[in-house]
Amino acid sequence: MDVLYFAWVRERIGIPQEAVDTQAGTVMDLVEELRGREERYAAAFADISALRVAVDQQLTDFDAPLSGVREVAFFPPMTGG
Amino acid sequence: MRIVVQDAPFDLGTEAAGFAEGRAVSGAVVTFTGIVRDVDGGLQAMEIEHYPGMTEAALTEIAEQAISRWSLEDALVIHRHGRLEVGDMIMMVATAARHRKDAFEAAEYLMDYLKSRAPFWKREVTADGADWVAARDEDEDALGRW
Repeated sequence: MDVLYFAWVRERIGIPQEAVDTQAGTVMDLVEELRGREERYAAAFADISALRVAVDQQLTDFDAPLSGVREVAFFPPMTGG
Repeated sequence: MRIVVQDAPFDLGTEAAGFAEGRAVSGAVVTFTGIVRDVDGGLQAMEIEHYPGMTEAALTEIAEQAISRWSLEDALVIHRHGRLEVGDMIMMVATAARHRKDAFEAAEYLMDYLKSRAPFWKREVTADGADWVAARDEDEDALGRW
């Protein structure tokens, strides 16, 4: 699946997007997997209460299932308007 | 309903006049415009990042909710992204309803949801560097009234 990062999450991880081959069952499982990769991921995902997640471009929760999902995006709380 | 996400400026007069023109059932049109304001230390630029695809979908969903809840004849949302300067218009909403109360309330609803449910992120650039704007608790709390 494609994993996208925005705003300071993108800056901390250093890339806007990557293809991730994963068997993660939920968003939280994916977060744990990414945290284990490298320090920059651990730093970005240190406090998930500071993050929001969208699955296939719909806002959702960290316990959302990932089966059949094509795109997951992580970002800080939005500041539009 | 019209949803526009663009980096180019928009003309408030043209947009407002075009939106209000030829209304038959609506007796009220409300427009709101957000403008980049200066900050302590002097703002050199406001950079707005967004999530192409999801942005348009989220704005459409928010506008559809407003149209249905206040029986609007029409709604318009324009939101810019990219690099803006102090005094630039960031975004506008317009609502058309039979009566003004519905038009005002629907415009406020659009603004409240746009602030914290549409995937935009603002970054302020000053002489001291660049900082992401933190989401404010009161913006999140504002959703509670709807």
